[in-house]
Amino acid sequence: MLIRKPDDIASSEITPESAYMDRRRFIATAGMAAAGLAGAGALSSAAACTRDDRPTVKISGGDVATQQDKLNTFEQITTYNNYYEFGTDKEDPSENATRFRTHPWTVKVDGLVKKPGDYALEDLVKPFKVEERIYRLRCVEAWSMVIPWQGIPLKDMITRFEPLPSAKFVQFTTLLAPDQMPGQRRPILPWPYVEGLRMDEATNPLTLMATGLYGRPLPNQNGAPIRLIVPWKYGFKGIKAIVRMSFVDRQPMNTWQIANPDEYGFYANVNPTVDHPRWTQASERRIGEFRRRPTLMFNGYAEQVAHMYAGMDLRKNF
Amino acid sequence: MIRWLKPLVVVFALVPLAWVAWAFAHDRLGANPIRETEIQTGLWTLRFLAITLSISPARRATGWNWLIKYRRMLGLLTFFYATVHLSMWAGVDWFFAWGDMWHEVVKHKYILVGMTTFVLLAPLALTSTKGWVRRLGGKRWAALHRLIYVAAITGTVHYLWAVKKDTFFPLVYLAVFALLLGYRVIDARRKPFRVPPRRSSASVAA
Repeated sequence: MLIRKPDDIASSEITPESAYMDRRRFIATAGMAAAGLAGAGALSSAAACTRDDRPTVKISGGDVATQQDKLNTFEQITTYNNYYEFGTDKEDPSENATRFRTHPWTVKVDGLVKKPGDYALEDLVKPFKVEERIYRLRCVEAWSMVIPWQGIPLKDMITRFEPLPSAKFVQFTTLLAPDQMPGQRRPILPWPYVEGLRMDEATNPLTLMATGLYGRPLPNQNGAPIRLIVPWKYGFKGIKAIVRMSFVDRQPMNTWQIANPDEYGFYANVNPTVDHPRWTQASERRIGEFRRRPTLMFNGYAEQVAHMYAGMDLRKNF
Repeated sequence: MIRWLKPLVVVFALVPLAWVAWAFAHDRLGANPIRETEIQTGLWTLRFLAITLSISPARRATGWNWLIKYRRMLGLLTFFYATVHLSMWAGVDWFFAWGDMWHEVVKHKYILVGMTTFVLLAPLALTSTKGWVRRLGGKRWAALHRLIYVAAITGTVHYLWAVKKDTFFPLVYLAVFALLLGYRVIDARRKPFRVPPRRSSASVAA
């Protein structure tokens, strides 16, 4: 798996201006965030430029796919969101999350660990090197984007908490704050939002606790200040605004499964052969593209994750 | 009624489509414009369907018989929006991938029920002329055109089954159609509808 670090990257591969909304602003922000970021201005990207003015990028850790993946724009990534805590329309989160308070922020770590505690966000992320990851994000609604995240591998974070051998799953919980999150005033989903991963999924090198996007701190509508990214699963597994991580021995009931168990399961692996009961999962709309794309098994990360599901019936464990 | 009112209504009725087309061309429909166009044209189909179904109750309530002259036009506008909606789905979203589309119709009930709605509306549009009323005879024509009630139900169910979780607005439409259809059920039990006497105060230019 290729996670590019600054030294590896030739100057010819530095992301061209067109890939960012405002290069000057990016560099300034990156300079300020240099303490936390792996390398200001250095991104892993393929050098190939096509007729489309956006360059293709190399997906971090992904299979060498035959199809070209291009970064989605900051505008697209921050104005088309499913974050029902702020409303159910795609533009609602960007409109309604502007005054969401992400500081101070505490993440409670509890359950079957040796080092539980209430960690202030700064203390939670301080010991780790923030990495750059360009991932595909595939929504269960059959659209997708390519997003340049910055974050900490969950694997590294978990090591610090020293989970007990009896811990089989990690359960995450979102903030419950109807005063700040208008969507939580309606029981559209059983609040607060809960998600979970099996321990091997949580410690997979791809799993990321994201704190940034496009070299900037995570915008509120994208799950600030810290959210989960599990690129081989449908996007609803990527729980946002995390306030609690519990290490448990029983499989958690994740929110979308509670809301509609016939349609959403615990594993939620991207799988073109298992349709959603109401729509197909065999193809998807890549935001910004005109034609649909075929959906890839495990969202194109099969090489890194398929082994975790060997022998499992993925039709039953959807 | 005023001579230019009919063309004016058509012009106003096409404003939503003109807006969607303009917004699509100017990238103002958000990050997923194809999906947004499908949603908007679908919603306007349902809205014009509701307006069409409101003509008879409104006529009854107000005694304004001239309203009936607009019913065919509104029905055809409904079918027009349904056609644009279907064309976006088939031609732009799926780009005429007939095999994939057939799979959608057969395996996914919300597409099946949407397609059913279109199939119900098509013969109504085709037989909307006076010529067809004569050809079929008034009674048979009226019987055929009762399919619009079925289309209203299937169209709303299509919407309800298409949304991920937020069923609020589909249920609002369901309530509206329930009222419009319920009115007819109640009305059928009353005395047959008779044209109310012309009000002498109404000075109407043809």
